Amino acid sequence: MLEPVNVSLESLNLMTLAPMLIPIIGALLILVIDIFKSNLDKTLYVMLSLLFLLMDFGSLVDASGIFVQDGTIMGVFDVMLIDGLAILSQFIIVGASMLFIPLALSHDRFHEFSYPEFFALFLFMISGFQFMVATDNLILVFVGLETSSLALYTLIAMHNRDKSFEAAIKYFTMGALAAGFYSFGAMVFYALTGSVEINQIATVLAANGYADIGYVLVAVTFMLASFGFKLSIVPFHIWAPDVYEGSSSAMAGYMSIVPKIAAFVVAMRLFEFLIHSGIIWLEVVLYIFVVVTMTAANIWALVQSDVKRMLAYSSISHAGFVMAAILIGTTQSNSALFLYWILFSFTNLGSFSMLWMSRQKHLPVHQTSDHSYDKFAGMIKTAPVAAVIMALFMLSLAGLPPFALFWGKLYMISSAVTSGYTILALVMALNSAIAGYYYIKLVVYMFMKEPVLGNDGHVYVSNATLALKSIIGFAAIGTIFAFVAVNPLLEFITAFVYNSGY
Amino acid sequence: MLDHILSVLIFFPALAAVFGFMIQKESIRAYGIIVALIEFILSLWLWFAFDSNVSGMQFMEQLPIVPSFGINYILGVDGVSLFIIILAAFFTMIGIASLTETPNEKNMIITLLFLQMTMIGVFAALDGIVFYIFWELSLVPMLYLIGAWGGPLRVYASVKFFLYTFAGSLVMLVGMLFMAYFFYQATGVWSFAILDWYRLILPENFQLWLFAAFFIGFAIKVPMFPFHTWLPYAHGQAPTIGSVILAAILLKMGTYAFIRFSLPLFPDASVYFMYPVAILAIIMIIYTAMVAYAQKDIKQVVAYSSVSHMGVIILGTFAMNVEGITGSVFLMIAHGVVSGALFLLVGVIYDRRHTKMMDQFGGIAHVMPRYATIFGIMMMASVGMPLTINFVGEFLSLLGFYQQSHTLTILAGIAIIVGAIYMLAAYKKMFFGTVTIEENKNLPDVNKRELVALIPLTIITIWLGVYPKPVLEPINNSVESIVQLMHNKATTEEAKERIPNLLEGVEISRTPMQEAN
Repeated sequence: MLEPVNVSLESLNLMTLAPMLIPIIGALLILVIDIFKSNLDKTLYVMLSLLFLLMDFGSLVDASGIFVQDGTIMGVFDVMLIDGLAILSQFIIVGASMLFIPLALSHDRFHEFSYPEFFALFLFMISGFQFMVATDNLILVFVGLETSSLALYTLIAMHNRDKSFEAAIKYFTMGALAAGFYSFGAMVFYALTGSVEINQIATVLAANGYADIGYVLVAVTFMLASFGFKLSIVPFHIWAPDVYEGSSSAMAGYMSIVPKIAAFVVAMRLFEFLIHSGIIWLEVVLYIFVVVTMTAANIWALVQSDVKRMLAYSSISHAGFVMAAILIGTTQSNSALFLYWILFSFTNLGSFSMLWMSRQKHLPVHQTSDHSYDKFAGMIKTAPVAAVIMALFMLSLAGLPPFALFWGKLYMISSAVTSGYTILALVMALNSAIAGYYYIKLVVYMFMKEPVLGNDGHVYVSNATLALKSIIGFAAIGTIFAFVAVNPLLEFITAFVYNSGY
Repeated sequence: MLDHILSVLIFFPALAAVFGFMIQKESIRAYGIIVALIEFILSLWLWFAFDSNVSGMQFMEQLPIVPSFGINYILGVDGVSLFIIILAAFFTMIGIASLTETPNEKNMIITLLFLQMTMIGVFAALDGIVFYIFWELSLVPMLYLIGAWGGPLRVYASVKFFLYTFAGSLVMLVGMLFMAYFFYQATGVWSFAILDWYRLILPENFQLWLFAAFFIGFAIKVPMFPFHTWLPYAHGQAPTIGSVILAAILLKMGTYAFIRFSLPLFPDASVYFMYPVAILAIIMIIYTAMVAYAQKDIKQVVAYSSVSHMGVIILGTFAMNVEGITGSVFLMIAHGVVSGALFLLVGVIYDRRHTKMMDQFGGIAHVMPRYATIFGIMMMASVGMPLTINFVGEFLSLLGFYQQSHTLTILAGIAIIVGAIYMLAAYKKMFFGTVTIEENKNLPDVNKRELVALIPLTIITIWLGVYPKPVLEPINNSVESIVQLMHNKATTEEAKERIPNLLEGVEISRTPMQEAN
């Protein structure tokens, strides 16, 4: 006779689900509103999404307060794991989403924003990312990953141009492949250790002294490939530029930040214990991936003729740069990862928003693509403020002090120096120099060339509204005055990362 | 206000530049001149308040930026940096004052004011990262100056300038991070403060690597052979004001950084690398002098001669004794004044004829006597004639290095004589003979606006050539303490021997703030 299982509700710690449930409730609410009254304006949905994201953010602040007091919290049969990494990455996810969603309030009407489903999917996607980072359980990671990815594919396709469909299908195919790799890798881990919890896997593997190292490597390989796709690590990056080009600029900026931080956190949880247990092979492969991703993506970015594609390759390169943190695997490097990504999200969202603001519905004759370099020629003469702001974002991305990303780079290179990765530190520094070229190229176009005939400067702000301008202004202020925020951020991040045991 | 005079000096032009955006296009020039004048008066006030008997840092300021990572906003001046700061303020002022009609004048003046902020910041910074911030920031206004107002190849020249220096300084940044890490290992505290680093004695092999990392950053900036290839392009394409500031101030950042960082931080490595660096410097002197002789463009002659003289500065710096380093600091000022003036003079003739080719001239002395006179004085100063400013610096630099190596010094001395040949040849081609080209017959002589810039420079050239003491003394005091610090820090026998021990008692004075840190 089976004993009835008694689980007290308190032991489930259902509050750990609160941050994920808030966007889900929001998404369902949006769908329900649409059923009762359709054809409501996008502004309503934007503000609703923003409200729910704010609530989400508030619940995260609450969770971080609890973390500071009690340390790591487990919940829901120990599936949920709210530690410092989970909280930090959720802050980034929700914060960047809050910066993103007002971009829907563009001047021109775009197809996707007229559907309430867009906003529902968007909120579902966020909860997916949140689940992904707030768990130790490979199955829940998978669920979160797929929820968010499926939503994201649809969001891209909703942009409703030929290129968007192409992008969505490409992303979908690659994502499906990655999902397959992921589940196969997780299966091997389960077969080896009888558990899908990362810390259990680590304990069991350590207990038998990595006896089945061959199988471990098989599992690691599949995992690496799957995360390679998600993080667009070279050679798994091929989808990225096309997908960025196909999606709207705002969405591309979003994709370069939020999905990646979620994947980084999972990669950090999974790979760091493996590296620290002395799997040389993984270390070597990661080292190669990091160096190749940084360098190759930089070199491809050099030859792009479209700013958006350039930014796509630059995002790949930045991902490689940050991947180094996982390879180094010290508290300092992991803190550097979060610091870098927070500063990066400001700058990168800012620069993609600038592209979004200059998005035209119809291309003029002389322009071959949406955001060719020519389009920006002589911008200082026709739209000086926009040109200065764009240049600011470019210089920040290049790592010029004292703008935001410099501090991230500084701390990241320093973490390489401290852990004895001297060559890596030099490679990172020199890659920043290579990257300097293509960022400066845009500055050169904007400041030193003559405007294309018939360009009166209206094109740069053709899509501008107050909402877009305030987001860009916010990003610009964050980029310039980053040096004020670095110290509190660093202390906050380091405390959280350290207390989570990374 | 005197307590924060360095911050005021740094941020006043930047603030003024921000306000400058509001000013109407036609009135910006007066605004620029007034701001630069106030800045120059402030810098003179700094000199006036500066106590030249104190060898250590004065007017120190400190504010935390990222205290948990040891980054603080620390400023201070000593005799080495004081005069370069004044020079920077001075050249921005006369640069703006002598600006001829340019398109987008407003953008240019705002850019110049931002550039001034970064220049003064570099020389006043006493924290590695703050130094790096200003060092890198100075690239952006210069990039814009060359790229927007330059000659036909301006984009290529400006991007080349930017990338070269940017790549070099990133390697230097890695070196700084190592330095901070070693300090952390030794003391348990992160610090990027240069005065803290001065206290750190590193093993020789660490010093060698770090010296190399810093060297790449500085050598590209100087620019030393074989990293000099960006400079002729930058000078060739830059507008007059860009060349003037580049030659007078920006290049000094590299040589100044050698004295501020490389020598006191790595005394053993500096001695170890003394001969290689000196040989590079001598190659630089001779090779660029020969290249200068082959030029047809007068601006290129001045540019290459400027590089050539930077070699003498390096040589003096690496003499590692008081005479040599004092001489090289003095020569930095002298070189700034003289090559700045020469670039201004080239600009004068370019404005009239829109060509810089020497074969387009000849016999100009008959048409423009005042111009020829000033050019003659500056040219004499440039070749190092006694009683001009350059002579003092070159003489002291070579005297210093003579104590380390006779042969190399004699080689360098010969090279300076070669320098006289190309300058005199160029002068002859341009100014003597008869006027052969019709257009040259009616060239107007220098006008008032140009004289405003040129007369003070001429006065300084001769005044400091005859009586260098007011400048030389503060420099000397600070250099003595640096040399003594190097001697105390040196660990190898050879370094102890090469770097003279001056006294027992001279120590870099530290403010209580530093001790607390």
